Amino acid sequence: MDLQGFGHLLISGTWITIQLALASLVVGLVFGLTGAAAKLSNNRVARWLATGYTTLVRGLPELLLVLTIYFGGSQLLMWIASGFGYDEYIEIGPFIAGVAALSIAFGAYATEVFRMAMMEIPAGQWESGLACGMSPRRTFFRIILPQVWRLAIPGLGNLFQVLLKDTALVSVVGLNDIMRQSQVAISATKEPFTFFMVAACIYLLLTAATTGFTMLMEWVANPAARESRG
Amino acid sequence: MMTIRKLFATVALVAGSLMAAQAATAEDKIRIATEGAYSPFNMVDSNGELIGFDVEIAQALCAQMQADCDIVAQDWDGIIPGLRARKYDAIIASMSITEERLRVVDFSDKYYSNVLAFVTPEGSSIEVTKVGLQGKTVGAQRATIAGQYLEDNLGDVVDVKLYDTQDNAYLDLASGRLDALLSDKFPAYDWLRSDEGNGFHFQGDDIDINDEIGIAVRKGDALKDKFSAAIKAIVADGTYAKINEKYFPFSIY
Amino acid sequence: MTWEWSVIWQYLPRLMEGAWLTLELVLISGLIGIALAIPLSLMRASSQFWLKALPFTYIYFFRGTPLLVQIFLVYYGASQFEFVRESILWPILKQPYWCAIIAFSLNTAAYSAELFRSAIQAIPVGEIEAAEAMGMSKPVQVRRIILPRAFGIALPAYGNEVILMLKGSALASTITLLDLTGMARTIIARTYTPLEMFLAAGLVYLAISALIIGLFRFMEYRFNRYQYYHHTDTPKGLDAQLRDPHIDQ
Repeated sequence: MDLQGFGHLLISGTWITIQLALASLVVGLVFGLTGAAAKLSNNRVARWLATGYTTLVRGLPELLLVLTIYFGGSQLLMWIASGFGYDEYIEIGPFIAGVAALSIAFGAYATEVFRMAMMEIPAGQWESGLACGMSPRRTFFRIILPQVWRLAIPGLGNLFQVLLKDTALVSVVGLNDIMRQSQVAISATKEPFTFFMVAACIYLLLTAATTGFTMLMEWVANPAARESRG
Repeated sequence: MMTIRKLFATVALVAGSLMAAQAATAEDKIRIATEGAYSPFNMVDSNGELIGFDVEIAQALCAQMQADCDIVAQDWDGIIPGLRARKYDAIIASMSITEERLRVVDFSDKYYSNVLAFVTPEGSSIEVTKVGLQGKTVGAQRATIAGQYLEDNLGDVVDVKLYDTQDNAYLDLASGRLDALLSDKFPAYDWLRSDEGNGFHFQGDDIDINDEIGIAVRKGDALKDKFSAAIKAIVADGTYAKINEKYFPFSIY
Repeated sequence: MTWEWSVIWQYLPRLMEGAWLTLELVLISGLIGIALAIPLSLMRASSQFWLKALPFTYIYFFRGTPLLVQIFLVYYGASQFEFVRESILWPILKQPYWCAIIAFSLNTAAYSAELFRSAIQAIPVGEIEAAEAMGMSKPVQVRRIILPRAFGIALPAYGNEVILMLKGSALASTITLLDLTGMARTIIARTYTPLEMFLAAGLVYLAISALIIGLFRFMEYRFNRYQYYHHTDTPKGLDAQLRDPHIDQ
């Protein structure tokens, strides 16, 4: 396939896409864990907030989230900040807007994955941890979280694939990711099919790599299965 | 909640004092924003320098006013909020003077006049009149004067298609999905001269929508009159015509 | 900053026009998607390699790439080729409306096919054996037993897929269509009120997804009614079961 010298552009776009996906993953995991903790907490307000968050986000198009945060985000932030006496201009660029929108979306779905995983852990695990004299905090980090992790990884892997594909939406607000760079190449070469197909293949490679990585993580997170296989 | 509030206050305080420090040093400097993505008026060259008609006009105006200027690039969507938040003092970015914008910023006198023009494939026999365009598909970029003109004046007879980028509109013109494209004339002129614009041409007369391009400043800022006077001066002494000539073989004032 | 709520009321009729187009896109591509997904899922569930390979490739491509790429491939990509522009299909491919429907249908068919496949494989073997024992031919089994059962099993997951399709339909705005998102963006280009307009559009999306969720709950109830059936009086003995309730209460 003849890329007519635009290969380096697509590679730089791929790098941006990967950065965007990973940054959104990290922030999204924090949202997801917080959301799950809130949903399972005894605090009614926390439960209510978390339910509102997941219900709202799961019914809204990701593109609308990206557009709202990009075009309305600085307005909204400045409005909030002015309540704290801060009146300067706050700017939200495409990358930040993208990370914000994608991690909010990822977090809403991840909340459910973590919640399900946490509920799978039998109460006896908690009790035995405490019975061994561990503090609740230590029990959570030593006993519960590693198991939650193992149960959550397949679900999170799927969500990451969705996230990876959703990064393409951020090109609409001007981030120089794979999609945007393909469009730049297209405007010069007038070969939309060629370059969108190349973009599609790059995404396929990325999703395939993610599948492989998820399987690796499942193996890492599951010492029991690892041992038994020898 | 309390800690978040504290965090916000601290961030605000630190940022605020930084901004104040910056503002003090920048008192005598005029900071000008442009977009850097509107060829040939403002764009970025391969060295990352801002170039183009707007940039040269800005430099000429500063020379005329004997002011020290700093020209920065700013995304279009944030360009007016940035001005209002004192990130810079003026916008020279081919911005049309519109009623909506006048509600939030002031404008100097015009430094060029924008006209709209239809672009069609060479050999197309469409007459760009209300009758001639009846039932045709005409495109324009979303959120532009051309897009608004199409919707307001031809929306009842033509199928209007609005694109996210001008490039996508050009693509559809090439594929034959669009019978014509309505665009700001001068950037389209630049495109028609490039390789990509090969096979297309302007069709019919220009549409003068009385669209004047001015320099945006904050409401009530004295810079407005200074810029207006400087524009008058560079037009009178021929500096303007010299810059104009570099980009277009006809006057755009 | 000041909120301008009045613009929402002013432009509500146009937003509703956009919402209507969104519904239309979701409904039509949903129906075409199901029509494509059924044969695909039957092929996927088959045991012959070549029969499986084709739908596998198709599904892998459409599930592994962003919908935005797919919609651009159909809309801008197809027009790269002279023969497409000269074919009899061009009058259809020329219109963004049909390009959106083609892209959405192909996309949702890939996801639905996987849902249906796992539903088909979740049907208890006994039920199919029973059908065989009754002497049903393979096509009759598919029509009478496999598809209705698979549909019932897949319904909740399919409801989610429809919601995802609704969210994906916002991409129609990137190829000039004035769906709910496209309409909001066009209005914003004029009014400079992004927060208000996107908020209004967001509420309409939430209302539509609430509607879809409600619809699927209802369908699920109707379709899997046997699961919700409560015996009001337990038959006491075999005689009671043989008794015709219409004759002797």
